[in-house]
Amino acid sequence: MPPAATAGTERSNQTERIFGMFKTMLLIRAFDEAAHQMLVEGLVHGSVHQSIGQEAIAVAVCGNMRRDDLIQSNHRGHAHAIAKGANPTAMMKELFGRVGGTNGGKGGSMHIADFSVGMLGANGILADGMSLAAGAAQAVTLKGEDKVVGVFVGDGSTNRGPFYESLNWAKVFHLPLLVVCEDNGYASTTATSSVTSGGGPAVRAASFDIPVVSVDGNDLRAVDAAAAELIERIRNGGGPQFLHAATYRLTGHVSKDQGMYRPAGEFEQRWDHEPVRRCEAWLAEQGVSPGDIEAAHSAAQAAIATSVAEAKLAPFPAPSLAYADVQDVGGPSCPK
Amino acid sequence: MPEMIYADAVREGLAEEMRRDKLVWALGEDLSTAHTSTSANQYKDLIEEFGPRRIVNAPISESTIMGAGVGAAVAGTRPIADLRSIDFAMCAIDELVNQAAKIRYMFGGQARVPLVARMAIGTRRGAAAQHSQSYESWFVHIPGLIVVTPSTPADGKGLLKSAIRCDDPVVFMEHKELWGAKGEVSADPEHLVPLGKARIARVGKDLTIVAWSRMVVLACKAAEELATAGIDAEVIDLRTLWPWDQEAVFASVRKTRRLLVPQEAVLAGGFAGEVAATVAEALGDVLKTSVRRLGAPRMPVPYAPPLEDEYRITDRQIVATARSMCR
Ligand SMILES: Cc1ncc(C[n+]2csc(CCOP(=O)(O)OP(=O)(O)O)c2C)c(N)n1
Ligand SMILES: [Mg+2]
Repeated sequence: MPPAATAGTERSNQTERIFGMFKTMLLIRAFDEAAHQMLVEGLVHGSVHQSIGQEAIAVAVCGNMRRDDLIQSNHRGHAHAIAKGANPTAMMKELFGRVGGTNGGKGGSMHIADFSVGMLGANGILADGMSLAAGAAQAVTLKGEDKVVGVFVGDGSTNRGPFYESLNWAKVFHLPLLVVCEDNGYASTTATSSVTSGGGPAVRAASFDIPVVSVDGNDLRAVDAAAAELIERIRNGGGPQFLHAATYRLTGHVSKDQGMYRPAGEFEQRWDHEPVRRCEAWLAEQGVSPGDIEAAHSAAQAAIATSVAEAKLAPFPAPSLAYADVQDVGGPSCPK
Repeated sequence: MPEMIYADAVREGLAEEMRRDKLVWALGEDLSTAHTSTSANQYKDLIEEFGPRRIVNAPISESTIMGAGVGAAVAGTRPIADLRSIDFAMCAIDELVNQAAKIRYMFGGQARVPLVARMAIGTRRGAAAQHSQSYESWFVHIPGLIVVTPSTPADGKGLLKSAIRCDDPVVFMEHKELWGAKGEVSADPEHLVPLGKARIARVGKDLTIVAWSRMVVLACKAAEELATAGIDAEVIDLRTLWPWDQEAVFASVRKTRRLLVPQEAVLAGGFAGEVAATVAEALGDVLKTSVRRLGAPRMPVPYAPPLEDEYRITDRQIVATARSMCR
């Protein structure tokens, strides 16, 4: 029997913990929705990869990390950044290409990074994050630190060679690396299963003798429990671990993609399993009041509305900044 | 100053830097096991001194040797990612070009990549099409990278030390046929050769020959031959191709008013073209005769010695071209 939802009741630590992660999921969803809206309005440039429907994985994994732990993201990086603690306003400014953006306007959505919270960058080259993260983990070892490095990789990207090289590498050198496969079933417009042999990412990772945990990636509490265990194992010197999280992206590959390649009905059906509503239902069972849940939604919306408003006011970088940060010796000089 | 061969000088430079800074380390295939049979001894005995965490014997995983090097550089160490030769580095070009060269810039200066990507270039007798290539010019085209091509033991050591201390990614290219070359090398561990500064390998007044890597040796040999014919050639060793020392080249060409740029690589698209075009644009009016380039025909490197000789630029060709320019 769930406890009664009476005002003033002490909620359990676990409920508070999940409610906190729930709020981060809401912030990510609000951010990704706004990012697309701003793209449509012409204020964000290029393309936007959203994580709508996949928020639980980033939130639960990063929620089990310390601030000084490191994560390596991929092309779908907003969720990873927010979950690791990046400031959504600085991120929105980056998407707008404005002063005060996390990358000073040099990167945009696909290269969003915040090294101050250990977020080593979204990356436009699939599976490259695997080797970068392995190297970061090697650096952690060389320096004698007790940090954990996490890397996010999509299901489609597991068909690239660096995925295998890096799994082997991480195992051989016993690195403090958590590989998180966000398996949403699609690689852009292609169903990953149609181009993938054998038993998929989990089976492949296991063949390197790397411990694998498979989890319903839309169940925040399940991912939380799995991530907690794997990260603790790594921190205790257990070497690389693999988390395979099944999920579904509820929007296009890029935000403007209509998803015409999906079978009829799939999309609607998957909305019933998305992580925010599932978590909401659980929180209600634990006695979190509808008012508190509604307030969490409003707070996320308000926070992102503020981020957007501030991004709109921020100026573009001076053109001379295009010449900065190429290289110290032999960098370009700004004309006049 | 002690005399030593190029491979030993570079190894000494690496060992000195590893002693100076515990965050300097190397990763690559066979680093702790190879001896003279398969390599130039560039890592001999280092495993004994520094151990397997800093002399890392990697699996045959070029993408990850480079990629892990990049990640480890970003995370605060100074790795030397050894790809053995440019031919194998092809398997890791993505990590070098899309990651190492971009990270500082695209993340808005939040991160630095103090990585040395070490890869030998050049023809070695009989090495044929896949173990002989000279693609130094490719990397000049990549913003974010520094490109180093030492021609002497002293520069091999001094430039590697500068490369290791550099906070940006450096492509460090030894020439395989130089590994055994002898020369005087400073024993001072603080003797560094700056990146981007050329060396005047021979002073002359009639003609400037700009070269790098092993072509410097051939250019100097050609210059001696030219001297017997009354032509006094100045040889400039660029040492680094990016940044390259335009001031030194311009000063020399202003004096000699003739420029010849021989390179080992295929002529088309090579770095000699960049030097020639830059000088022609800046100093066209002082030149007495058109700038000339020499480079290999646009063919893969063939195997049989007489065929390989068709690929190779020789000191005789440098002499002949220089003579025709000074007529
Ligand atoms: C090396 C490389 N190849 C192709 C692409 C183009 N691309 C970007 S995302 C994508 C699909 C990735 O699928 P997956 O790894 O499953 O991640 P998801 O988008 O589903 O999160 C492709 C093909 C790329 N960015 N990099
Ligand atoms: Mg996918």
